[in-house]
Amino acid sequence: MSLIHLEKVTRRYQMGGETIHALREVSFTIARGEYVAIMGPSGSGKSTLMNIIGCLDTATSGTYVLNDVNVSEMDDNQLAEVRNKEIGFVFQTFNLLPRANAFHNVELPLIYAGISAEERRRVTVEALTSVGLADRMTHKPNEMSGGQRQRVAVARALVNHPSILLADEPTGNLDTKTGEEIMGVFEELSRQGNTIILVTHEEDIARHARRIVRIRDGLIASDEARR
Amino acid sequence: MRYSSEFLEGLRIAWDAIRANKLRSGLTTLGIIIGIVTVTLMATAIQGLKRGFVQSISALGADVLYVQRTGWFINSEAEWRRQNKRADITYAQFRALARQLNLARAVAPQVDTGRPVKYKNRTSSSVHIIGTTDQFLYTGGLTVAEGRFLSSAEAEGGRPVCVIGAQTATNLFVGEQAVGHRITIGGYRFEVIGVLEKQGDFLGAFSLDNQVIIPVQQFTTLFWHDPDYTIQVKAISLDALDDCREELRGVMRKIRHVAPGDEDDFAINQQSEFLKTFDKVIGTIATAGLFITGLSLFVGGIGIMNIMFVSVAERTKEIGIRKAIGAKRRTVLMQFLTEAASICLMGGLIGLGLAWPLTLVMARFMPATMSLSVVGLAILVSLMTGVVAGFLPAWRAARMNPVDALRNE
Ligand SMILES: Nc1ncnc2c1ncn2[C@@H]1O[C@H](COP(=O)(O)OP(=O)(O)OP(=O)(O)O)[C@@H](O)[C@H]1O
Ligand SMILES: [Mg+2]
Repeated sequence: MSLIHLEKVTRRYQMGGETIHALREVSFTIARGEYVAIMGPSGSGKSTLMNIIGCLDTATSGTYVLNDVNVSEMDDNQLAEVRNKEIGFVFQTFNLLPRANAFHNVELPLIYAGISAEERRRVTVEALTSVGLADRMTHKPNEMSGGQRQRVAVARALVNHPSILLADEPTGNLDTKTGEEIMGVFEELSRQGNTIILVTHEEDIARHARRIVRIRDGLIASDEARR
Repeated sequence: MRYSSEFLEGLRIAWDAIRANKLRSGLTTLGIIIGIVTVTLMATAIQGLKRGFVQSISALGADVLYVQRTGWFINSEAEWRRQNKRADITYAQFRALARQLNLARAVAPQVDTGRPVKYKNRTSSSVHIIGTTDQFLYTGGLTVAEGRFLSSAEAEGGRPVCVIGAQTATNLFVGEQAVGHRITIGGYRFEVIGVLEKQGDFLGAFSLDNQVIIPVQQFTTLFWHDPDYTIQVKAISLDALDDCREELRGVMRKIRHVAPGDEDDFAINQQSEFLKTFDKVIGTIATAGLFITGLSLFVGGIGIMNIMFVSVAERTKEIGIRKAIGAKRRTVLMQFLTEAASICLMGGLIGLGLAWPLTLVMARFMPATMSLSVVGLAILVSLMTGVVAGFLPAWRAARMNPVDALRNE
């Protein structure tokens, strides 16, 4: 059974008089529990694709079905709810709230989900512990290393037990060693059955995934399983 | 549950944002502070004026009707000329009225004049002399401090006794008891049988304590033979005032032989007419005050709106992050409204803090105190200003596209 199904998804941007085709009728399917890497040169449309899968952006045309629900027809509020419940995002630049400590950053999606304070505390501590940051809960982002920040971001992405974990170049701002550490975390999450989609342009990183989709100029150039 | 958590989160964000930009928040708040100080002082002053007015007309009992030849408030010269042609109200009419009224607790006639009053070598040159009966104690709402008031026998009889006001007593008697001594009123000797409690003044115009009350019989014999009487009628209760007024009117028309269909040839005056007239004046003042206040709050509100637009622009990225992890439009809207309202509420509280000593200064000139209703009004107005001024910026934040917002650095 497919978790994600894209059918002829197109995304165009209007820049003055010029039309940019970021995605051209892209169709593919991802099943529950898959670990997919999306690769391609800069400007090929990887982030655009991720944003559409993550319900941050909507397609200009085509349909997107997530968990048997047609997302392409949802309004703003419904999309926000899907992002809150079904999607966990990890960004290249971490995107943590600078003034909030690690605990509060991770707790935030639970607040938006309307979960009670005690339950939030329990789940947040659990998530931070699972990424090895039990002793950094009261630290603010600027008091942590890049690797630690990205772990906070991973904990935040996981805290609501989403259907998909989306990571857009999660190691892009990290050195090789720290990057490998984060990839270790992803590996473990995949083993536990989480669905992971990862954007990268490093072959070393993509090697962790079990399926690689290559994009060029808004089109899927290749889609193959590894090993 | 869900909303309270979101609201707490909104408060926390607001507090963080205010703390992170102390100077900016402070300067922005200034406009609101000034606005709230104006609102508070204006409202307090109006309440004070009103209270002062009510105090100074309290000599006119709220449950007392004043039957007179002419009305207190005459709007035109023609009306004044017409009323001036009316026949005087006589003592006989007072007697008839007092006999026939059922809804009155007390009925007293009143005539007055000014005369010099002497005791030994001390003189009060112009004292308010009132001729009345024992019932005046009730209709006038008087309290006797020393001695006693006129008895009904004295009121109708010819014995020259008098009750004097507190100030008249201190003017004439130095180191001496007033009761039991004889004073000279306009050349005639009267025995002082009582001294009244201090009453203050009437609308600041004249003192109610510099007066001498004598039996109406003495007054008409010695000073004025056929005066125009005022009849004071105290209703059996404040609730019965309107019924009493109706009864009074009917009886009075009969006594004065007013033909059915003709208009009254007398007036029934009461305290509430003063209040009505005063309310009209105060209404005008309040409207002008409201306008000035509104203007200063408007300026303050513009400042808030401006700073909120800046705040939204600065935190575009944060908005993007929050939306990416599931904040709805409503949540973001509430967040920024809470922030604007918090800034304004802070301004409101500081404004109240500043207005407090100013109210004390004001209290020297009028009976002004910062009432709970004024405090409530100030808080409400500051919150409202925040919500109204913050709406446009908050709406802009709420409608941001998450991808565009995230791209912002
Ligand atoms: N908001 C936008 N307005 C106009 N054009 C855009 C916008 N966002 C993306 N594009 C264009 O769409 C194309 C795809 O962009 P996208 O960000 O998806 O590329 P990418 O594969 O993620 O590249 P990179 O590896 O550099 O992150 C690019 O040509 C880009 O210029
Ligand atoms: Mg990209």
